[in-house]
Amino acid sequence: MPIKLNQPQIDNIRSHAARDYPSECCGILLGKSDDGNKVVSEVVALRNLRHDPVKAQELLPLESPDRETDRNRFLIDPMEQLQVEKDARKRGLDVVGYYHSHPDHPARPSNYDRDHAWPWYSYIILSVVKGTPADMTSWVLNDNRERFDPEAMEIVNP
Amino acid sequence: MPVRVIIPTPLRQYAGKKDAVEIEAKTVAEALASLTNQYGDLRKHLFTDDGKLRSFVNVYLNDEDIRYLQREATPVRENDTLSIVPSIAGGMAMRCICS
Repeated sequence: MPIKLNQPQIDNIRSHAARDYPSECCGILLGKSDDGNKVVSEVVALRNLRHDPVKAQELLPLESPDRETDRNRFLIDPMEQLQVEKDARKRGLDVVGYYHSHPDHPARPSNYDRDHAWPWYSYIILSVVKGTPADMTSWVLNDNRERFDPEAMEIVNP
Repeated sequence: MPVRVIIPTPLRQYAGKKDAVEIEAKTVAEALASLTNQYGDLRKHLFTDDGKLRSFVNVYLNDEDIRYLQREATPVRENDTLSIVPSIAGGMAMRCICS
């Protein structure tokens, strides 16, 4: 079942990714899900906590901090996420997924993406080539955590 | 002494579709053990194969990260709320594992 977004939401993700290039950007997709039918109602841009290597390393250590930076890794502050989620629930919305960019890299999930993902959520990946947003894809982790399956995106009227 | 464990949306499918579960426990570790004993399918999403809490799984006791309390040995009291929050992380690598 495709995840539904509107064009302004897609434009928001693309402009966030271009703005943060050559770093990875990240954000949350809020919306509603009815029997797995996800409709995005808000796109919330968040800070890539890898901009703050000391705090990020404390929360989720990297194996090679000298090679893994905000240019090839992103991390959402879980406290910030908890607050966004609580605020969304008060408004009858849920977190239905996340987005992040791959600067100068294809819009395809990595092993690192898989190791840090949960099933059900939609993971939108946007490739940014030399600063210009390019391919956008969406993925869902399968139940046994072995692989991401592609998820269709449907553009709906705002 | 029951504590309330908030189940995040993606994991509800492994917890009888519940958004929260009441559990009798004295510590965070006991609460999580009891939760995953009750709902076995939750285990692989919270714990590694050798039984450690996955590095990207955060647990908050009433909005406080247990990492800054006594981690899983943190005592819990009646009416406390435990929230399970994933660290959403990712990034690019050389090999694609998509289907």
